[in-house]
Amino acid sequence: MADTTLTHTGQAQARPAGLQGVAADWSSDQRAFKNVSWGKAMMWIFLLSDTFVFGCFLLSYMTARMSTRVPWPNPSEVFSLHIGGSDIPLILIAIMTFVLISSSGTMAMAVNFGYRRDRRKTAILMLLTAALGATFVGMQAFEWTKLITEGVRPWGNPWGAAQFGSSFFMITGFHGTHVTFGVIFLIIVARKVWRGDYDTGRPGFFTSRRGNYEHVEIMGLYWHFVDLVWVFIFAFFYLW
Amino acid sequence: MVDVTPADAVPPAEVAEMELYHPHSWWTKYVFSQDAKVIAIQYSATATAIGLVALVLSWLMRLQLGFPGTFDFISPEAYYQFITMHGMIMVIYLLTALFLGGFGNYLIPLMVGARDMVFPYVNMLSYWIYLLAVLVLASSFFAPGGPTGAGWTLYPPQAIMTGTPGGQDWGIILMLVSLILFIIGFTMGGLNYVVTVLQARTRGMTLMRLPLTVWGIFTATVMALLAFPALFVACVMMLFDRSLGTSFFMPAIVEMGEQLQHGGGSPILFQHLFWFFGHPEVYIVALPAFGIVSDLISTHARKNIFGYRMMVWAIVGIGALSFVVWAHHMYVSGMHPYFGFFFATTTLIIAVPTAIKVYNWVLTLWRGDIHLTVPMLFALAFIVTFVNGGLTGLFLGNVVVDVPLSDTMFVVAHFHMVMGVAPILVIFGAIYHWYPKVTGRMLNEAMGQFHFWVTFLGAYLIFFPMHYIGLMGVPRRYHELTNTTVMTESAHDLNAFISIMAFLVGFAQVVFLFNLIWSIRHGREAGGNPWRATTLEWQTPETPPAHGNFGKELPIVYRWAYDYSVPGAKEDFIPQNVPGSFGSSREPA
Repeated sequence: MADTTLTHTGQAQARPAGLQGVAADWSSDQRAFKNVSWGKAMMWIFLLSDTFVFGCFLLSYMTARMSTRVPWPNPSEVFSLHIGGSDIPLILIAIMTFVLISSSGTMAMAVNFGYRRDRRKTAILMLLTAALGATFVGMQAFEWTKLITEGVRPWGNPWGAAQFGSSFFMITGFHGTHVTFGVIFLIIVARKVWRGDYDTGRPGFFTSRRGNYEHVEIMGLYWHFVDLVWVFIFAFFYLW
Repeated sequence: MVDVTPADAVPPAEVAEMELYHPHSWWTKYVFSQDAKVIAIQYSATATAIGLVALVLSWLMRLQLGFPGTFDFISPEAYYQFITMHGMIMVIYLLTALFLGGFGNYLIPLMVGARDMVFPYVNMLSYWIYLLAVLVLASSFFAPGGPTGAGWTLYPPQAIMTGTPGGQDWGIILMLVSLILFIIGFTMGGLNYVVTVLQARTRGMTLMRLPLTVWGIFTATVMALLAFPALFVACVMMLFDRSLGTSFFMPAIVEMGEQLQHGGGSPILFQHLFWFFGHPEVYIVALPAFGIVSDLISTHARKNIFGYRMMVWAIVGIGALSFVVWAHHMYVSGMHPYFGFFFATTTLIIAVPTAIKVYNWVLTLWRGDIHLTVPMLFALAFIVTFVNGGLTGLFLGNVVVDVPLSDTMFVVAHFHMVMGVAPILVIFGAIYHWYPKVTGRMLNEAMGQFHFWVTFLGAYLIFFPMHYIGLMGVPRRYHELTNTTVMTESAHDLNAFISIMAFLVGFAQVVFLFNLIWSIRHGREAGGNPWRATTLEWQTPETPPAHGNFGKELPIVYRWAYDYSVPGAKEDFIPQNVPGSFGSSREPA
């Protein structure tokens, strides 16, 4: 990763490998994570904190599901679509998952082209990622609409435990909000890439700080995280 | 500890100079400022302002407890609202905000040798969202039905039911929204503090050369970033229970003869989420206090801190352990007995690193050149108060002792000693210590002495009798107990005594506030380093430090933060940015 990770100094340092390297870094001055910029460190720590948010949401949902005395609706039936004369279980969720994971692929490619200073490809791939993300949110809206027309509400549903609807809307809603924010920031960063802000060192509108192509990677970290969280939601909510 | 870098062996700078946003107008300099020092003062002032509201609420509570039946305007509903708002404001909006937002913002960049926090704009947003949270919270006093009266723990189901003040009105909603905002705002600041400590130290500043203040604030911030999510989730879910009619925390329940629509939720789940946040929160407040008090003691006893490495590992150890003790707040909630056993064990294990810290403070004082300045008095008072509060913690940490004491005034006395009075004493000490750096002038000594003695002795006169009436079985959170058997004549007299002491201590704080304002103009000129301290914030070219903290060149750190009374040194202290080893082969500084 050494060549794709920007350092502020531009010079690689000779450091011991393995555990000794970790100890050397942590006992050194200035930085505990050598060659990790402030922005990237901040994103990683934020994601750690956000992991605890999603962890608490999912644990609460599992507690509710395990402790309720009313039967839990069967996800295979609830989340099936009637296509071509038969009910296909989880088909929409499968497509959504496919779309979101694909968007991680395009994001990774955008990061690569960003470090190659290929403005056009980077921006296009980021916008493609945003489009896939927006598609995901759109399909989620469709799923919500379908369930709501079938009578699912946060406070109850026709098939069983009321906590099904509550947890479903809360967790997918919270995740969908994350995706939506991601899409917005993808578009903002893509615009900066397209306009060449990172080549000309144009200061940010709010922060008055100059950015660089590492922003694409930091954006990618967030995006992959949101993607990974979805895998857990998919496993614990839909497959359980 | 020999930890001195030779002058020619300082590592090269790894990070380019930080680009600062230089304000163009009065608004961007003093109001929408991105300077961590201005943000720190904004945080502190806001926290103090809302803290004064909580202080007045405590007086109102003491009026009712000390003289029941005398004050008609304190209805049972109002009394519950006072308790709730007093507790929540003091714990979250005052202590957490003041230690992390106030001291963290001011001291971290100065102490690690940085120009500012790594992302000043985000840091500024953190304050404004905190202010919004405070305003939302304060607005609940004026909302229909008043603020929530659910107790600061906000336990469902009662928190959102009709009988509780604010339960079916605006009170609980505003409280939950305010907490959610606070957490969002805090996260923005907290990420800054952590990254600044980890990635923006100056040349020569290793983690093991950080002043313990930074270690305390840093560890507390990491804990807050991991503990607040649980409260965030709990708030979101309770907000849905209240506003959308979901049943995350609401079991099937009959209210005033009517079956509610709720059913199937788990009130215990809320308690787990709340205390998974709530217990680390105790140490989020305590660890910065531990760190600051270490520095105060070392500086004012002119002696290096005893067992620096142990102090650091004790802070980190306490931080880690505090995540596995939360259910000791729930011994009477209904848990598997083995859970109680587990959580009692982990709770008592925390006593080990804590005791290490207390011993190290005492050993730092041992044969030190103790200057009984006002900050030192507060630091010494903290040690005894913390030991006292900690000892009653051993009672409450054991299941069998906790069960009869739970929900008595003993618990109130315990946590006020250990996480109310003790950290507040450190905050006072720290303000007397760093005020000269912030303003360039010393706080008035006579007023300081008065403030200290009234606060310190008064706090004991308030809370020691409270342990006693708790042991007699007087429960907490009761509006009035005059005609019951637990409320004996003597307990009642003590209650009146406690109330009078509470008013006295409260008024001493007015003297303190006056001192803060008076000394800005009339205090003695302090100079750059009035305490002759070693850490970097005292070595700035200007006092108060300018935007960017250190003038043209960032300081280079050659030694740890505690070189006091070094044999052979010119003065009895060597600042961290002074090169050369002292003793037999002494280099010119």
